[in-house]
Amino acid sequence: MSNQSKIKITEVALRDGSHAVSHQYTVDQVTATAKALNKAQVPYIEVSHGDGLGGSSLQYGLSKTNELELIEAAVSVADFSKIAVLLLPGIGTIGDLKEAANLGAKMARVATHVTEADVSKQHIQTAKELGMETVGFLMMSHMAPTEKLLEQAKLMESYGADTVYVVDSAGALLPHQVKERIKALRQALNVNIGFHGHNNLSLAMGNTLAAIEEGATRIDGSIRCLGAGAGNTQTEVLVAVLDKMGIQTGIDLYKMMDIAEDIVAPILPKPQEINRDSLTLGYAGVYSSFLLHANRAAKKFSVESRDILVELGKREIIGGQEDMIFDVAAELSKATTK
Amino acid sequence: MDKVKVGIIGSGNIGSDLMVKLTNSEVLELTTMMGIDASSRGMQHAKYLGLQVFDNGVDGLLEQPELVDIIFDATSAGAHIHNAEVARKLGKQMLDLTPAAIGPFVAPTVNLDEHLDAENVNLITCGGQATIPIIHAINSIAPVEYGEIVATISSKSAGPGTRANIDEFTETTAKAIEQVGGAKKGKAIIILNPAEPPIMMRDTVHAIVEEDKMDQEKITNAISDMVKKVQTFVPGYHLRTEPIFDGNKVTVFLEIEGAGHFLPKYAGNLDIMTAAAVKVAEELAKNRVNVSVN
Repeated sequence: MSNQSKIKITEVALRDGSHAVSHQYTVDQVTATAKALNKAQVPYIEVSHGDGLGGSSLQYGLSKTNELELIEAAVSVADFSKIAVLLLPGIGTIGDLKEAANLGAKMARVATHVTEADVSKQHIQTAKELGMETVGFLMMSHMAPTEKLLEQAKLMESYGADTVYVVDSAGALLPHQVKERIKALRQALNVNIGFHGHNNLSLAMGNTLAAIEEGATRIDGSIRCLGAGAGNTQTEVLVAVLDKMGIQTGIDLYKMMDIAEDIVAPILPKPQEINRDSLTLGYAGVYSSFLLHANRAAKKFSVESRDILVELGKREIIGGQEDMIFDVAAELSKATTK
Repeated sequence: MDKVKVGIIGSGNIGSDLMVKLTNSEVLELTTMMGIDASSRGMQHAKYLGLQVFDNGVDGLLEQPELVDIIFDATSAGAHIHNAEVARKLGKQMLDLTPAAIGPFVAPTVNLDEHLDAENVNLITCGGQATIPIIHAINSIAPVEYGEIVATISSKSAGPGTRANIDEFTETTAKAIEQVGGAKKGKAIIILNPAEPPIMMRDTVHAIVEEDKMDQEKITNAISDMVKKVQTFVPGYHLRTEPIFDGNKVTVFLEIEGAGHFLPKYAGNLDIMTAAAVKVAEELAKNRVNVSVN
């Protein structure tokens, strides 16, 4: 085995985990976590608002700390790890991307709904011009057939993405569906293929292994499952599993265990588990970051959050449409009082 | 009164929808279509309607400037630069439906009176036309510290121009939330939803007003009055639910069903642009007539 690790992991707790802490990360939390992840030799650490650059809003939740300060803090303690940022065109802008690049972010992950890749062209191209490594991130991949996903992945490759991810934002994909998708991309694309899972159906690890088996080499994980919904593939567990499979990640397992226990667990408002609502996300195919918003709407309108989530799934509501959660909750409450 | 003569540059979806709307106007007379592809559906239809058709774009007007007094530009931000120059040279008023924004932003129910004599006015964006009147209505009761809008449109109604430069939407709309809506700070988000059948345009307005200035009843009434005003030219514009109040925050849910003139009904985002443009042109035209009478 060469020094070059076959599988490169991106730790997303400081971005996807932003949802789980309602975007309340502090500079101290991010600094401590990023510093330790850097020591554990994690190749990429993603830092942004949960909905990407510019995500701080009434729609998604206001950040307690400006994400640019968090990015700057992470960059200042990472001499090994590269800091990545997420950008959703329509929410964040090229201006936001340039600011992040100026602060030292080295990787731009440009995310669109699985059918809307063409809105990412300008952002991927700009990231390239800024000298960043580029990732195209196809969210809610369960909502489109493989042929459509492939067509959109090719678009992102043509814009200059160095990697294209299959993103299971709802944690709704089953292992055979992951395999089919990764395999199709692996056969048709010349760039790296990545996989980002959520654990709502307890399949994040299984799906990740299925993706790796079919040739995915870029994998997302969140330490202690600190991500939206039931969290992502648990990074420290993944490192251990891959190690037992003889696949090198270059990441120090014991250090990761300690970070999870000593630094990240205290950040979590409550331990990550698959409960009724997060299971519903995966079952109904709903964007994982809707979870806490649905809980709040359920309280406000005295309806079941499971009913809200199921209805959102039926209506094919996609990532970013958090306003629909209130809208649907209000409708359900009207229907029950009639 | 004599109708004021108008022309359209651009024979695509927006230009074609304008063509239908202008045919129904009692104030404006559509005389000219300026496109670049004589075989396009829009150009063919213009010929069928008996309009003067130029296939060399706005330059056709240089030969016969008397054909129009007001021009609608339904092309692109890039093309608008030249179109605006020609209009200025000929002394024609220009309604800009592109994101070029050379002239001031206009929302017909909010600030049209201030720009009746402007040589070039810009129609902001679809999301801006749908939401800025609401921000303005809230701001008329309680100063808006922060106004944020989320426009969700069907993927099918987002044209290649919007897709290729989606930041233009968010940045232009945010600016206009401040300049026209009156919010101290503005933010805009756009979501493209691919569901089939296509969804209606939806807009959500979130506003934070100054501490202790919230007046739920007055704000609810101001919003309701504004909705009625917009409905005079966009009949499919309506509130989905009553405004939701939470401390000094108010959230308003809107849905816009298009008139279904040339574009399908779900494309409320395109309809509200063309409807607003026609409304602005009618007011400009009435102003011209008044001025010439006085």
